Amino acid sequence: MKRVYAKEEYCVGCRVCEVHCIVAHSDYKNDIVKAFKKQNPRPLPRILVEENRPISFALQCRHCEDAPCTKACITGAMQKDPETGVVTNEESRCVGCWTCILACPYGAISRNEQGKKVASKCDLCSDLGYTPACVKNCPNNALVFEER
Amino acid sequence: MSLDLLTPEFLIERDRNRCIDCQVCVRQCANEAHSFDAEEEKVVSKDEKCVACQRCVVMCPTHALSIRRFPLEFRENALWTGRTIKDIYKQAATGGILSTGMGNDKPYPIYWDHMLLNASQVTNPSIDPLREPMELKTFIGRKPEKLEFKEGKLITKLPPRMELDVPILFSAMSFGSISLNAHKSLARASQQEGTFWNTGEGGLHKDLYQYGGNTIVQVASGRFGVDPEYLNAGAAIEIKIGQGAKPGIGGHLPGEKVNWEVSETRMIPEGTDAISPAPHHDIYSIEDLHQLIFSLKEATNYKKPVGVKIAAVHNVAAIASGIARAGADFITIDGFRGGTGSAPLRTRDSVGIPIELALAAVDTRLRDEGIRGLVSIISASSIRNSSDVVKAIALGADAVYIGTAALISLGCHMCQKCNTGKCNWGIATQDPNLTKRLNPEIGAERAANLIRAWKHEIKEMLGGMGINALESLRGNRLMLRGVWLSDRDLNILGIKAAGE
Amino acid sequence: MLLREGEIRIPSGCAISGIMNKKGQVFSGEDIIKSIALMHDRSNGLGGGFAAYGIYPEYAEHYAFHMFYDDVTAKEDVEHFFHLNFVVDGSDRVPTRKVKGIGSGPEVWRYFVKPKEEKLSELELSEDDFVARLVFEINDTIPGAFVVSSGKNMGAFKAVGYPEDVGEYYKLEEYKAYIWTAHGRFPTNTPGWWGGAHPFTLLDWSIVHNGEISSYGANKRYLEMFGYKLALQTDTEAITYCFDLLLRQHKVPLEVAVTALAAPFWSDIARMPEDQREAVTAIRNLYGPLLLNGPFSIILGSRKGMMALNDRVKLRSLVAATKGDFLYVSSEESGIREICPDPDTVWAPKGGEPVIGLLEGEETL
Repeated sequence: MKRVYAKEEYCVGCRVCEVHCIVAHSDYKNDIVKAFKKQNPRPLPRILVEENRPISFALQCRHCEDAPCTKACITGAMQKDPETGVVTNEESRCVGCWTCILACPYGAISRNEQGKKVASKCDLCSDLGYTPACVKNCPNNALVFEER
Repeated sequence: MSLDLLTPEFLIERDRNRCIDCQVCVRQCANEAHSFDAEEEKVVSKDEKCVACQRCVVMCPTHALSIRRFPLEFRENALWTGRTIKDIYKQAATGGILSTGMGNDKPYPIYWDHMLLNASQVTNPSIDPLREPMELKTFIGRKPEKLEFKEGKLITKLPPRMELDVPILFSAMSFGSISLNAHKSLARASQQEGTFWNTGEGGLHKDLYQYGGNTIVQVASGRFGVDPEYLNAGAAIEIKIGQGAKPGIGGHLPGEKVNWEVSETRMIPEGTDAISPAPHHDIYSIEDLHQLIFSLKEATNYKKPVGVKIAAVHNVAAIASGIARAGADFITIDGFRGGTGSAPLRTRDSVGIPIELALAAVDTRLRDEGIRGLVSIISASSIRNSSDVVKAIALGADAVYIGTAALISLGCHMCQKCNTGKCNWGIATQDPNLTKRLNPEIGAERAANLIRAWKHEIKEMLGGMGINALESLRGNRLMLRGVWLSDRDLNILGIKAAGE
Repeated sequence: MLLREGEIRIPSGCAISGIMNKKGQVFSGEDIIKSIALMHDRSNGLGGGFAAYGIYPEYAEHYAFHMFYDDVTAKEDVEHFFHLNFVVDGSDRVPTRKVKGIGSGPEVWRYFVKPKEEKLSELELSEDDFVARLVFEINDTIPGAFVVSSGKNMGAFKAVGYPEDVGEYYKLEEYKAYIWTAHGRFPTNTPGWWGGAHPFTLLDWSIVHNGEISSYGANKRYLEMFGYKLALQTDTEAITYCFDLLLRQHKVPLEVAVTALAAPFWSDIARMPEDQREAVTAIRNLYGPLLLNGPFSIILGSRKGMMALNDRVKLRSLVAATKGDFLYVSSEESGIREICPDPDTVWAPKGGEPVIGLLEGEETL
């Protein structure tokens, strides 16, 4: 399947990917300013730039073939779509037990405690039906969306 | 510490209605002009740190930033301008030489903009490059006086030469002054577009030997990075005598820019200043140059053209003639607007002459002496666009070097701070946090795009003139007319006035 | 005041025509006049002329100088100059008749001369180089004098007017030549100077030409490096010197000269066999400044034959035909059929592909 890959050598640590991830998962998908200023609580970025300068790269869910998070999930909220391979968390079923976070070998799932406690993770912008927002907006082509 | 008399040069304007305090600007500014005030939970800026490189403006996801000139005005004075006054403050504070980056920015006349091109009407047809062949192939190298044939077969052997698909090369910019990613971008773009890039005087990084077929290796007074392997790695060798931005002085690379990779490539200890001597200490006269040219030819088995680069100075025509006679295969003339990674401000702004006049004078002189056909001339400095290229070739250049324009294609915003090593665009820096900002895949594509775009435009202009091969434009000064030039200027340029 | 050739560059369109007999049989000028007269519309009455080879068999080894004089002083100066440098074995006024279409012009004189031996040894020059040098010197330094032609056993006849009137004016029906070339001119303004008409000549070379060369500035400045003075600022003059440089001075084969002047495209060169590719690449590399860029069709005449050539993308018309020992070339097929209604072969040569007619026994022009 197509996944997002980071090219560490070209990641400039600007975190524009995080900004656009937030926007893509807000109610204002075409308006960054509103997504940040109007939506409360503001969505969490599902991609996180890890850095130890000069090294930096953006990390998000790897959508593992044999995803440990789906096995660990106690409610069945975390599922891997058999067709697309995308691993998503169905937030209405998620109870915020954080077992998935324990199971994830990449640390790609984070806690969202802004309202109902839910696990927050990359969904490859499946809703948008195009290249994930982080990849589309990376200013230095340090993120690519491809089959490997 | 006494009071610093300097006031900010630029004003950072932040539209608070648009700013989302995402801190992209904070992370992108190597000059630390932006910071996050955790207490206030908002991003703030310090105007005095800003150099107007515009990295933050371009990167800001909400376009909340803009930079303008700081509105503070000195009392109006035609002689003592704000810039003049501030230069004195700086020197009074430091006791040092004023240093700067990029080329001369003073409002001297730009002769390119006083020359206009011709086009065909009625008496001969213009040629449509979309429908008919249009040839830009260019050879750089020495040529014999004539060809000899025996029983119809060519018996003259031509000396080694560079073959270009387009008459534009990337000028010498050393690894050290610019980043490895910048070098990679130019090397790949050269390979893609069938032209050449120039290592500058800092040696050739081992990762770039694979682009040797499109590389001109430079030998300058510091001899940085020069060994037999290096000399043989390129397609041609250029001896750098002088540079347009700083005629009469050598290169300056501050120790901060000499990291282990630069150190290995330059063959000097890490962290040491790389200051090239002003002259080559084995060239105190023209006959010495002759010896160096032939030493280099000897070292490369006469398989590579060897050229000589000089700054355009007052006596440039006679010097160029001497260089041609000393055995150089090509002569590079670098005008006083040429760029640099670092130069003393006063030298940059006041030494040398405009390339347009220098080029015309050299071409005329070599023709008067009947030796123009034997050597190639590469014109360097202040080529901004394809029509400048066309005008340079009509004045007599075989090809042109572009440096500043190439860097702009990679993202340079002309802030003139190359000498600080804090290039926010990842070009004129060795800071690993910054160099990774220039992705050579993107850089190569953009530099190649620029060459390709200019190539198309050159073809359009050539076709308009009814010419379908570049050699018919070379030195064809009838294709140029001057506007707003004195008789003396016209005379030196060897062109007629518009309307004549 | 209008400037004449040499003071200003004047573009012009034209008609050209040429006839040769490969066996060297001479024939009168009537046919060439008929041919060029048919293409009357391609000229505008501002210039016409002819070159003829084989017309002075009694002076075959002499340089035949055709001269224009604007005044008596010019004539005296030139004749003094001739006597200093040449042995003059004959001279007379070129015979003319009054023709309605030809206005008043210069005095036209001819001289049959040989360079003085002592001058040649003094300057260490070949006869041709010496004569060429003097031609430049006369045109350059003697006001009111112009060398119309200077070759052996040949001559050029030209004037301001339609070419058929020029032929009548010079009584060309009375001359017999084995090669005739002709030119009718359509310049874009009215210089009204006889010297500016075609053909242009130097030594044995004559050129009639239709076109305007965009590369003129590049060609001119390259030729100047070899001592040529482009006094007239015309394409025709430049083309003549291009051939003179390549064929006479550099002694390259004719096909090499053609390759230089009407070079094949790089895309075609890439497909040539290696030997040829290397040679053509060298020719373009070295002689690129001589490439004639822009529209032209020319007929180059010499004692040994003639050659017609188009620019490399054929931006001007040119037709060739043969009949027995005769070769015809003309701007239009009608110009050939007018005098040879039933040719053996007729074809339109491709751009850059020369039509070469050599006298029997000759290998090059």
